[in-house]
Amino acid sequence: MTVGLFIPCYVNQLYPNAAKATLQLLQKLGVDVVYPIKQTCCGQPMANSGFEHLSQGCNELFVENFTGFDYIVGPSASCVLHIKEHLHSDTAPEEATTIRESIYELVEFLTDILKVDKLNASFPHKVGVHQSCHGLRGLHLAKMSELVGEPFSKPEKLLNMVQGLELVTLDRKDECCGFGGTFCVAEEAVSVKMGKDRVIDHTKNGAEYITSPDLSCLMHLEGILHRDKSKIKIIHIAEILNASI
Amino acid sequence: MRDTGTKKHAALAEKFIEDREKADWHDGALWWIRQKRDISANSTPQWEELRDAASAIKLNVISNLHTYLLQFEANLKKNGVKVYWAANADEHNEIVYSILKAKNITEMVKSKSMLTEECNLNEFLEERGIGVVNSDLGEYIQQIDNEPPSHIVLPCIHKRKEEIGELFHTHLGTEKGLSDPTALTRVARKHLRNIFLTRRAALTGANFAVAETGEYVVCTNEGNADMGAHLSEVQICSMGLEKLVPEKKHLGVFLRLLARSATGQPITIYSSHYKKPRPGQEMHLILVDAGRSRLLGREDFRNSLKCIKCGACMNTCPVYRKGSGLSYHNTITGPIGAILAPNLDMAKHADLPFASTLCGSCSNVCPVKIDIHDQLYKWRQVIAKEGYVANSKALSMKAMAFTLSSPTAYKAAGKTGRWFLNYAPFAINNRLNPWYKQRDMPGGPKESFGEWYSKNEEKKAE
Repeated sequence: MTVGLFIPCYVNQLYPNAAKATLQLLQKLGVDVVYPIKQTCCGQPMANSGFEHLSQGCNELFVENFTGFDYIVGPSASCVLHIKEHLHSDTAPEEATTIRESIYELVEFLTDILKVDKLNASFPHKVGVHQSCHGLRGLHLAKMSELVGEPFSKPEKLLNMVQGLELVTLDRKDECCGFGGTFCVAEEAVSVKMGKDRVIDHTKNGAEYITSPDLSCLMHLEGILHRDKSKIKIIHIAEILNASI
Repeated sequence: MRDTGTKKHAALAEKFIEDREKADWHDGALWWIRQKRDISANSTPQWEELRDAASAIKLNVISNLHTYLLQFEANLKKNGVKVYWAANADEHNEIVYSILKAKNITEMVKSKSMLTEECNLNEFLEERGIGVVNSDLGEYIQQIDNEPPSHIVLPCIHKRKEEIGELFHTHLGTEKGLSDPTALTRVARKHLRNIFLTRRAALTGANFAVAETGEYVVCTNEGNADMGAHLSEVQICSMGLEKLVPEKKHLGVFLRLLARSATGQPITIYSSHYKKPRPGQEMHLILVDAGRSRLLGREDFRNSLKCIKCGACMNTCPVYRKGSGLSYHNTITGPIGAILAPNLDMAKHADLPFASTLCGSCSNVCPVKIDIHDQLYKWRQVIAKEGYVANSKALSMKAMAFTLSSPTAYKAAGKTGRWFLNYAPFAINNRLNPWYKQRDMPGGPKESFGEWYSKNEEKKAE
């Protein structure tokens, strides 16, 4: 099985450790991983701002980079969802369809495709899970609080395999953090208020770390935590799952 | 960019959030209602199937609107109700005025109707010497304060009881400092009782209208629609074209969903069916288009006509809860307002589809399964193409698209995190960028993952 590793632009540049952890974790689990070096971005920053019509260059480049893999895996629910919902190509429409159908966010790839049932990892800390909205409501990584149905959570299932890790219970377990792409600057006041309220929930319930399958949410929360000189740290879920004993 | 001349959602919301204690209270009050809705949904058998059924029935209605409207009209006439068709707000207002004028009526009582808010009926009639009193308590409070409702179900949810006490003190002569909700409600009730007894005309909206029977249903908790209607000699109903259900049995689906979605109640206290005028009474019904048929013609957005105005999307929306309804500067506020408003006036409401993180919670609570957050995304595309976004944003998007489309340009744009910190609209590292007002940005590591990979992994493979 060969996996094309999709590392979103901001993860590549700002959070290389999360990308390395993703690569190493997949390798540990016996997967052949290739990182197409010419990749850039999924196009979501333009599309969510109303400029999807400008993202065709990104689309074509994505198809060029990621054609021919069994699966494509990325450590970012939001970017993966964008590809799943919006990738299209005028020059290679069939390849684009194949990519849309074979791209996975890291957590769902581990639980649904690799069917991981144990991990050799240890992270002796209290951890709060931030459900990224795109991971939750877009990729269905967990049961959504608005819907009636049986509870499940793919990120928590994996985190529960990590030695010493204690999950904290939040008051609002799947409330949005307020990042929202350009929303975070266009609606600065609401964005920060939402982020601060999420931080309060994690703080109040004793989290030492906030983790998520999405670094964009975490980047926003980290910005608030850092400015407020909080001791709470953010960490991508791949880094926890890859934390060796 | 085309100038729209209105204060934007972001600025209005920022103002609301300035009073942090009040903003927290507002968020908490609406979250509490969302939780009540969850409890109610979870204790209703086949909740998700009910939502599916409601959505399918409404799809049938909007797909066959023409047939159902004519059937409804014929049955109304059979029942002795006078029917009018209004293409827009002005026509609607003129019709109401002509009905009242014909009977020399100068005062009217109105129960909750978002449609007449949309049409600015009160102002129109007042300019022509006809006084209107809103009899829903929340709307009554908003009317006294000369402010539009901030929420379609909870019109004054953005006001605390102390503020309402102050208003009552100024306008209704209550004791200064009185803020006990029960005491204040008693005062309002006494004032309203007198209004009900003296008004010859009553106007209501309609929650549902049944094509099969020609009746319409009004749901309230206060019984104010009934008090007005039963005591009036002229009863008027203003309803949007989309309020129809095909048959009476379909009400079983919608009445089960409406109040549970709105407040978590199993059903509203009153679900009143109006069908025929009493002897000596006149009943008039106005079918209003006001942009609805245009919306029906917009394929990507027509599902928003399924809305039953429960307000669940407002209660669950974190942007709404933090920033309040009035920040949406539109009669219908919140996520549903943000997808309805651009159809009415794209220039004025170009900011609203951007007043969302696209978190998707709205679509999940919607009892008729409107794809609200997907429509917000689609409106953004329409609005950008029509040129209603700032030039600076359009330019930065073009620059971004150029760099991201080319691996060479991307690489040339700078090493190790510099590209992102120099180009991404929210990351640009200068103090004018709103990101840095209350947040920091990670500084950018020594090397990007790509650079590390080329050095380490690619070598390993060689």
